[in-house]
Amino acid sequence: MTPGQVVALGDSCLAIRFEATIDPAVNARCVALAWSLEHLAMRGVRDVVPTYSAVTIHFDPRVTDCEALRTKVDALASVPVAASAIDTRLIEVPVRYGGECGPDLAAVAAFGRCTEAEVVGLHTAAPYRVFMLGFLPGFAYMGPVDARIAMPRLETPRLKVAAGSVGIAGAQTGIYPCETPGGWRIIGRTALSLFDATRSEPFLLRAGDRVKFVAV
Amino acid sequence: MAALSIVRPGMLTTVQDRGRWGYQSSGVPVSGALDWFSHRLANRLLGNDAGAATLEVTLMGPQLRFERESAFAVAGAEFRLTLDDTSVQMNERVEARAGSLLKFGERLHGARAYIAVDGGIDVPEVLGSRSTHVLTGMGGYQGRALRTGDVIELGEKRSGGFFTHAREITSRPLFLPHGTLRIIAVDQRLTEYLTVGRFQISPRSDRMGYRLEGTASPAAATGELISTAVPTGAIQVPPSGEPILLMNDHATTGGYAIAAVVITADLPLAGQLAPGDRVEFEACSLETAGEALQQMEVVLGAS
Repeated sequence: MTPGQVVALGDSCLAIRFEATIDPAVNARCVALAWSLEHLAMRGVRDVVPTYSAVTIHFDPRVTDCEALRTKVDALASVPVAASAIDTRLIEVPVRYGGECGPDLAAVAAFGRCTEAEVVGLHTAAPYRVFMLGFLPGFAYMGPVDARIAMPRLETPRLKVAAGSVGIAGAQTGIYPCETPGGWRIIGRTALSLFDATRSEPFLLRAGDRVKFVAV
Repeated sequence: MAALSIVRPGMLTTVQDRGRWGYQSSGVPVSGALDWFSHRLANRLLGNDAGAATLEVTLMGPQLRFERESAFAVAGAEFRLTLDDTSVQMNERVEARAGSLLKFGERLHGARAYIAVDGGIDVPEVLGSRSTHVLTGMGGYQGRALRTGDVIELGEKRSGGFFTHAREITSRPLFLPHGTLRIIAVDQRLTEYLTVGRFQISPRSDRMGYRLEGTASPAAATGELISTAVPTGAIQVPPSGEPILLMNDHATTGGYAIAAVVITADLPLAGQLAPGDRVEFEACSLETAGEALQQMEVVLGAS
């Protein structure tokens, strides 16, 4: 794999970019690098954010700078942490598919030229990888979704998507943590809470986790 | 200990502090005071901790009643202020008696003012911060902008260690209806476009981001990319060709090309721009960015 390209995004942010692709191996490398950087607990570092194919470090420019961080990143790059060393969890998410909970299940079945039960079968078949979190607190971008049910998002987003809604947007699947407008194809809903600031672990998911949907 | 009543809320008045750092990997936006300098100056005038929460006032100011004796200071956008119908100054410590009414009048310059009170605004911390993120209903006073009739609590009063006034602060930014923001290039071609272009802040601008109307970006600049994390101050160029300057409430990740990023020292100036204001961009180096920030920290008497 090619080494990451280090790019300053202004005076308080540094990105390490890998191949721009949605690929579990590239993402695993990002999650591993973010994990290593977090564990260095560097002064002035405010956030380390793994995404599909990059790791972004947000820092306080009063305390540290791009050059100091670049040195740390280079040192880590020469002794990469094996992705297997990262503690990834398998989390089961119970989902009620179809009906009021999944208003787009029929449309996804039509898209895939299959029955609704087959859509559920394909969506629950294997665990998905959590590539990254973003968009909303606790929102996980997961995938890859089987090509047969990888329906593109709605052309016009809904004004209101219920909290816990499970959706598909192309090869991605995700769960809405709160009620919000949204354009993903909603096929079901979970009663699990993705985000609760009052819990000791506020967020159900983190990048690198595997998620297995279970029909209930 | 209820201590501050909202008589009129103004256009958008929210509780803000330095921001909710540490949770961007879970998708939590940072939020926090758009003009970090004025927020800190207001706290500094009272001897508050730099992290104390203030009220961020937007374009049209509120009316507040002090329910207990308290000192306060207002910094940032210039408004005419009265306390019980007597004119009071910005950028200095003012004592309010219990029952005093602070009124914001005409706005002269800038977009956002910060009201600090002795001991800070005391709302519950959510994920380590008191900042309000209105879109997700997180933090601040019940996760929303203040309304008439709200009563907010103040923290423990502080004593000593404050500037009495900030008149000697000559390098305090002057907020005018136009500004030049210094940027660090990320994409050279798009940075050149930003530096030669002429822009104004669109009415479709808020704490999440400012849309920049004016010179359209070069044809077929960029499509949608794979989502990555983005910092506040980043100027994204979506396929529509209308750049967006990301402000503190922006989503943690984005899928558009980043042209350049506004330097930390100039974010306060960005926070003081209002819809209709003109803005220009000037490319600078990381060294210049560091020196500019250092100068501001000296003004604030960083400890």
